[in-house]
Amino acid sequence: MSRDPRSPHPDTPLILREAAKRLDRPTRRLFLRSALGLGTLTLLSGCDIMDGTSAEQALGRISDFNDRVQAWLFSPTRLAREYPESDITRPFPFNSFYTPNSPEKAPVIDPVRYRLNVTGLVADSSDWTLDRLYALPRVTQVTRHICIEGWSAVGKWSGVRFSDFLRRTGADLRAKYVTFRCDDQYTTSIDMPTALHPQTILAFWFDDDVLPRRHGFPMKLRVPTKLGFKNPKHIGEIEVGNDYTGGYWETYGYNWFSGL
Amino acid sequence: MATLIEANLQKNTAVGIGAVIIHPRIVRLTHWVNAGAMIVMIMSGWQIHNAYPTLPFRFPDVLTLGFGLAGALQWHFAAMWLLAVNGMIYLSYGVMSGRLRRKLVPIYPSAMLRDVRAALAGRLKHDDLSVYNAVQRVLYVGVIGAGVLVVISGLAIWKPVQFRILTTLLGDFDNARLIHFASMTGIVLFLMVHVVMALLVPSSLCAMVRGR
Repeated sequence: MSRDPRSPHPDTPLILREAAKRLDRPTRRLFLRSALGLGTLTLLSGCDIMDGTSAEQALGRISDFNDRVQAWLFSPTRLAREYPESDITRPFPFNSFYTPNSPEKAPVIDPVRYRLNVTGLVADSSDWTLDRLYALPRVTQVTRHICIEGWSAVGKWSGVRFSDFLRRTGADLRAKYVTFRCDDQYTTSIDMPTALHPQTILAFWFDDDVLPRRHGFPMKLRVPTKLGFKNPKHIGEIEVGNDYTGGYWETYGYNWFSGL
Repeated sequence: MATLIEANLQKNTAVGIGAVIIHPRIVRLTHWVNAGAMIVMIMSGWQIHNAYPTLPFRFPDVLTLGFGLAGALQWHFAAMWLLAVNGMIYLSYGVMSGRLRRKLVPIYPSAMLRDVRAALAGRLKHDDLSVYNAVQRVLYVGVIGAGVLVVISGLAIWKPVQFRILTTLLGDFDNARLIHFASMTGIVLFLMVHVVMALLVPSSLCAMVRGR
């Protein structure tokens, strides 16, 4: 297992500079003030927990431990609750990893030229056109999308069962990870048991319509057993593999498994 | 030898003669571990609330813990283990030793009324530290209840699929989150009264440190 997200990334300074750039002024101020919050605790406890990255490293290790606990808790057959259509949240909230948090910044993808790349441990790594993807057997779910920030919303998604798709590509189903690289530069990865869960789907339709640009055209991975940021939009490449690949938010310390 | 004496002293406390050891070592230890874990949970929890305030206010940043939402979540999901394991040790000891039953029940409404009146008049006594008055009993039973509820509602919003039954019992995700918040509020209110009382009766604070 090559997974060690806590060892310093060679591009750490670059990533940090990038992160700072992403922060608007009030948020940057907030960050500084949260650091002050820790300072207060330092005064109270008499030991400097901000000093050095030891506290950060310890928290990172506990987060890795929590990944294992969650994998152990995860049941491949336990289903997320499905809701009646009357419970659907309309309008469904928009949320992005980029700032400003605006659907105007969502990528524009030409459906005719679009290709999905399938890479890694698969028997058939040929590209998929949208027509070929749309022809796959379709399932529909009305489930609750839960964001790590705490809000939640009920939506309706349709598409192909991801396990079905993986089998069609001849993927090695004993591989550890499935990684998603998106056309808006977002990335994330999930564990194989979750990828094979019956409610994990590649969604092409949303609320009985083609998945709109703001919600991830042409496709989004819908995983009702994980937090929202583990549901990538605008997927361009799917890779099956045994090497831990992390993801965009995971780089910032968000828990990788993030199961529900 | 020392253990023998302490055991005898504890026994005496239990039957109320020549009481010396008021809080056995395990109660003192779990009390302070809980205090630390609870404060980390509350401060990081406030920052998590600030990421998307359900209620229309933000907690001041100086009272929150962790570098941004990611940091707050890391603290929260680390301290939860300490809180849960420590809480289970405390409750198991309290139930099996009979200490909880002996100290916290019965609570009679008449005694409650009398003690609340006395408290409001500033005449409520806590001279014998080994015996809790009715107001204390209600507060301690209440905060144990809030503690259990905060853990159950926490599990319900941490794993609404794997612990689906809990989430359903608490009225689904959004409601369970409010219950989590409400039980935190109960604990914080208790904490404020508790700390003021401990400072007003310093011997009680002493007893929680030294045992007597």
